[in-house]
Amino acid sequence: MSVDALKVNDLQKSFGKNYVLRGIDVTLEPGSVAVLMGANGAGKSTLVKVMCGHHRADGGSMSLAGQPFDPADAADAIRQGVVTVHQSIDDGVIPDLDVANNLMLDRLVERSHGLFVRERHLRAEAAKVAAEMGIDVNLRARVSDLSVADRQMIAIARAMARAPKVLILDEPTSSLSATEADRLFALIDRLRDQGVAILYISHRMSDIRRIADRIIVMRDGAISGTFDTEPLDYEAAVTAMLGHRMTEVDVTVQSGSAPVLELADLRLTQGAAPINLQARDGEVVALVGLLGSGKSRLADILYGMARPASGTVRINGSDYAPNSVEDAVAQGVFMSPKDRGTNAVIPAFDIADNMTLPFLKGLSVGSFLKASRQKTRAQEMVSQLGIVCQSVGDGIGTLSGGNQQKVMIARWLLEPAKVLLLDEPFQGVDIGARRDIGRHIRATAKGRATLVFLAEIDEALEIADRIVVMNEGAIVGEHKNQNVDLGALVADISGAQSTDTGTHP
Amino acid sequence: MNDRLLDFAIRYGFLILLFGLIVYFSLAAPGFFGPLSAAFVLQSVAITGILALGVTCTLVVGGFDLSIGAVATSALMLSAYSMVILEHPTIVAVFLCLAMGALVGLINGLLIVKFRVPDLLATLGMMFLLIGLQRIPTQGNSIATGMTLTDGTVAEGTFSAAFLWLGRHRFDVVIERLLPMPVVIFIGIAVLIWLFLGFTRHGRLMYAIGSNERAAALVGTPVNRYKIAAYMISGVTASIGGILLAARLGRGDIASGNNLLLDSVAAALIGFAVLGAARPNAFGTAIGALFVGILLQGMTMMNAPYYTQDFVKGAVLVAALVFTFYLSSRRSGAGH
Repeated sequence: MSVDALKVNDLQKSFGKNYVLRGIDVTLEPGSVAVLMGANGAGKSTLVKVMCGHHRADGGSMSLAGQPFDPADAADAIRQGVVTVHQSIDDGVIPDLDVANNLMLDRLVERSHGLFVRERHLRAEAAKVAAEMGIDVNLRARVSDLSVADRQMIAIARAMARAPKVLILDEPTSSLSATEADRLFALIDRLRDQGVAILYISHRMSDIRRIADRIIVMRDGAISGTFDTEPLDYEAAVTAMLGHRMTEVDVTVQSGSAPVLELADLRLTQGAAPINLQARDGEVVALVGLLGSGKSRLADILYGMARPASGTVRINGSDYAPNSVEDAVAQGVFMSPKDRGTNAVIPAFDIADNMTLPFLKGLSVGSFLKASRQKTRAQEMVSQLGIVCQSVGDGIGTLSGGNQQKVMIARWLLEPAKVLLLDEPFQGVDIGARRDIGRHIRATAKGRATLVFLAEIDEALEIADRIVVMNEGAIVGEHKNQNVDLGALVADISGAQSTDTGTHP
Repeated sequence: MNDRLLDFAIRYGFLILLFGLIVYFSLAAPGFFGPLSAAFVLQSVAITGILALGVTCTLVVGGFDLSIGAVATSALMLSAYSMVILEHPTIVAVFLCLAMGALVGLINGLLIVKFRVPDLLATLGMMFLLIGLQRIPTQGNSIATGMTLTDGTVAEGTFSAAFLWLGRHRFDVVIERLLPMPVVIFIGIAVLIWLFLGFTRHGRLMYAIGSNERAAALVGTPVNRYKIAAYMISGVTASIGGILLAARLGRGDIASGNNLLLDSVAAALIGFAVLGAARPNAFGTAIGALFVGILLQGMTMMNAPYYTQDFVKGAVLVAALVFTFYLSSRRSGAGH
């Protein structure tokens, strides 16, 4: 193993004035699994896209097995031996074809293949590939009928059929169950033994513990840590990923008054540990945890989109079990969802219509909308949150990401909530807008309980009175946002064995 | 400057074109400009216009209703069957037709919302089913007073005068007996749908569903109910169109209404281009229907042969779609 499979040297990439990669050095060795970690926006996906030929680098160089490597496009990268399996599985398979055809698809594309498909030959070849990869499914089954894990396996098998030197897996387990993931890991072990260099991108600590030979951590477009001495220091890796530069925001911690939201022995899924949590009037509670920690599930349950396996939720002392989003909103539980582009923004509407959407009933007489009332209410929120726009009649698409997000948050501040849920409210938001939103959430916190679902510690420290850590569907730690022991917090998030697991008093 | 010109073209281009057409035909075709000719144009587009307004509602929620033509012809046959063969009074016949339209809309909506059948396929299936169903009771024959039934008896019932009044009455406006009843109903429905879609919260929520269904659901909009409502509106307006057609023809003609679907869908799609809306809207739909009517009337008066009509409609539709999608995308691209 003398020659490195892929060597990346001082790689730079910017989009306009936005420097996404600021001099990246990475080396991938044959027969070894390197895990790439990094929070959203750290530059992971850009790095991958440069490696697989999707973007051209602005500076720096790459070499593949000692030869200069500068792929012109994705097809060129594959030809040279760098193959990527992307996060959304269905990019890697054709759902309406059967397994054999999917496995052989790349052969069918080759010009040398000839006009007619030799069915028997194709099936024999496919069976061979499947056996090599340890895939045990009916080759005649339609891929759309298979489980996610099987589809993922087939996507990887297709990648392997090209005999790559480097295989890049982008969050391959994000939609797999634990047992399905185990099958994937067995496959990765086999590929490692065959001498393939593997770059594995993931947030899931359990995955990383299972397969990493080495951990590379990115933060703000640079490598913030490389860990390759046994045993791997997972906590240090999480610290390097999340960082904890001193926040400039001073939070005057409120402990809140009467409890508003109470979760009693709530199990998110069958077999998960029970959750007990109180959120008080005027208090902002941040729920932090990595992907798959159960945060989103909890948010879904509170917003009427999913049912808990068992346990009860109470709001102001009375039982709360919403059976739909409509029901949740009617009972005073509001949620600003993550990924505003898909989940929140109505692209055809202007700012005022977007903002007032949930509360049109209160803004109309009979069924007829009072456009002037809509405008005034929107105008009030625009000035309170400092939304930069010409007028509230502007299309939502004319706003910057930060201002769009402000509109989405303002939407739920129009009317008083009992419980306000904010799922990743700072996603794709610049630092200025982030401060504005945080300040406003804290300033209006009285009269409701506020839960903020976050992946980043920095953001939690900026907005919360109390930080609750989730891992594997359970609450594993709780920290008052006052002289927080960051070491302990990071240990909770990464799931390290701490002496005080379970809920805190 | 160029941007502002483009903006102006997108907003008013279609209306200016419409105005230009009227001026041109008025000068070139003697007799085109006048109340009689105007009433004739309106009369010719009234029924398609009513259907188009219904399909507009389904377009607003991001759906589509291919069954409107079949609903209209089913209503035509049902009203004839009800009055001529079952000898029902007018009110019963009308009520039956409206209920049938609402029911078909409900089934369409349920197929799409509950059974997850894609809208085009669900309504295509429904169209097929209705075209077949309306032929079964009369074994594929048209219905008229005096026809012999399967059991040998003769159909004694007639279209009542009150029913025919719906299709044939003309109000005195400017000239005696000028404005036909269907035109009045068309204008009435157009105003209702325009108010509903544009100025009520229900309309606003329906547009939200059409633009981003997931986001609409996440603010607590009962998405499924609104979608079903849209298809029911579409079914009811289509059945109104069928009633008016029956009242105008005065018999249950199995072969009429063939062009209803295509003409009304075209009107709704042309409507996207009016005032640069780039989305389905009632005002645009009404103007779209009128545009086609005026163009055909003018061409007929200038002795263009009838068989060029579909070609002209198609050309207008394609031009309007380019207007909507190409120019509007350039505008939003230039905006920021």
